[in-house]
Amino acid sequence: MSETRANLNVFFALAAFGVAAPFIFPNYMAQMTELWLFIVFALTWDLVGGQMGYNSFGNVIFIGIGVYATAVIQVALLYDVGDYNAARGGGTSFVFNEMQYLEGLALGLPVSAIMAALLAVLIGSAVLGMRGQYFAICTLGLGIAAGEIAGGWEWIGAGSGMTVPQPPPAFPTTRLFYYLSLGLAVITFLFIGWLLRTRFGLAINAIRDDEDKAEAMGHYTTRIKVTAWAIAAFFLGIAGGIYGNLKRFIDPTDVAFPGQTIGVWMVLMAILGGKGTILGPVIGAIIFQFTKEFFWTYLLGWQRVALGVLIVVIVVFFPKGVVGYMRNRRAARLIAGQGR
Amino acid sequence: MTAMLEVRNVSKSFGGVVANHDISLEVPEGRIIGLIGPNGSGKTTLFNSIVGYHPIDSGSIRFKSREISTLLVPDIARLGLLRTFQQTRIYGEMTCVQNMLISVSERNSRFIDLFTSQTGAGVERADELLEFVGLYEKRFLAAGTLSFGQQKLLEFAMALMNDPHMLMLDEPTAGINPTLINGLIERLRRANAEFGITLFVIEHNMRVIMNLAEHIYCLAHGELLADGTPDQIRNDQRVIDAYLGAH
Repeated sequence: MSETRANLNVFFALAAFGVAAPFIFPNYMAQMTELWLFIVFALTWDLVGGQMGYNSFGNVIFIGIGVYATAVIQVALLYDVGDYNAARGGGTSFVFNEMQYLEGLALGLPVSAIMAALLAVLIGSAVLGMRGQYFAICTLGLGIAAGEIAGGWEWIGAGSGMTVPQPPPAFPTTRLFYYLSLGLAVITFLFIGWLLRTRFGLAINAIRDDEDKAEAMGHYTTRIKVTAWAIAAFFLGIAGGIYGNLKRFIDPTDVAFPGQTIGVWMVLMAILGGKGTILGPVIGAIIFQFTKEFFWTYLLGWQRVALGVLIVVIVVFFPKGVVGYMRNRRAARLIAGQGR
Repeated sequence: MTAMLEVRNVSKSFGGVVANHDISLEVPEGRIIGLIGPNGSGKTTLFNSIVGYHPIDSGSIRFKSREISTLLVPDIARLGLLRTFQQTRIYGEMTCVQNMLISVSERNSRFIDLFTSQTGAGVERADELLEFVGLYEKRFLAAGTLSFGQQKLLEFAMALMNDPHMLMLDEPTAGINPTLINGLIERLRRANAEFGITLFVIEHNMRVIMNLAEHIYCLAHGELLADGTPDQIRNDQRVIDAYLGAH
């Protein structure tokens, strides 16, 4: 119980920093916006991968749904999506004023969330019957397939991508997306934190530890698993919508369904911070974003090698992540303190 | 005396291996019934068939006069027919109390009820039952760090937390040290007498089952060989032959 309180304190300190950060570090807005989204990616991955023990490599599907659905809705409110993409979205013929731009976002983000959650229910009902590595491999395949499908669909720009509606000039988009991301990260954290304190949280932990037992005790495990994935997808859908707008241009495999980058990173962040803990993914995302930006700035050309070394170091020396490591140390100290 | 569980002419084979052939037995309400038999005689297969782990080839299984052979595992558990596992299954990374809390019966709860917090009453009941099996001091330890025998006790406590009408135990004393066994028998009896739970027990330890059960069924080679009181079973030449390998 006191750990819950401590978690909340750390998080509120972080959120307070988040609100103030644009005034303190105005030059790092883009990196910090990305950080808040990364926290959402890591937290939602951990809900299913860490807390429930179902390692998904396909969560980028829901990001991609969010990326495309939001962009398409933003456009479709005013123009024909096919025309817009055929013209590559540019020029003076597709303009959005301030109100239109905000309306598109306000409608696009929630619809993306719902679409992503529905898709999770649909796919989940089919693949969540698989266990362990079968599920992992299957989601990996689905993530790649989603990118390929988007890359072949002319209506949304196919392989040459889709340009996100350009905001009107002088519109404070940087700040808007920063605070949207921050807000989403805070809500995701609080929601998952609450969820883990309910019986549902215990149930997904039980599924992680012994799914057959949970079933034999009367739990409808498939329904529980699908619900958990749909909750993750809901937040990923919103995050995807913001992420696409942040990138301004949607490439089907690099931005919408980035299995090789964000798809792997979200797993890495959760493991780095501590799988199966609420604070772990947050801490993991912060450490990851700092090191990533550092590598990309100072080790350019070698950044992927450096990242690879980081992964090896984490897995070998901190298999339980930062939070797991600290927890073990505290437990060891407690036992030593009792003189046992 | 009404039969709580009625197994009629149940057969189950895996490929060419006949694990259960034409087995009929019944477990009356409120009693302690034993199931014995040499290794590979089909005891666990029969348990698995009853709780819906795999479909049966033929026959019928009725629990409280309701056909359950076509129901799914969680639905059978929700009817109040619960089993423990031979290999002992607990939720290793969760604390003992958490193990108990998630074992509360789902019988009358809807899916949406999962999104509520723990009640104080639930925690109290969990503590009581952990005390009952002698694990109260370990309640905040991860279940996976307990010894094998303690895990068995925890699994038993979890089953009690579920408020079953009938509990099927698969070798409850296997792997437990002899001094703990007496305590466990005592607790099984009390669960039967005080909580009114009907027990159906697979057991290899003859001393245990002869002491515990009021009526014993004996399987051999997938078929029902004999049934009777412990004394009748003890003196049945066919049972003795089956155990000594005369077949």
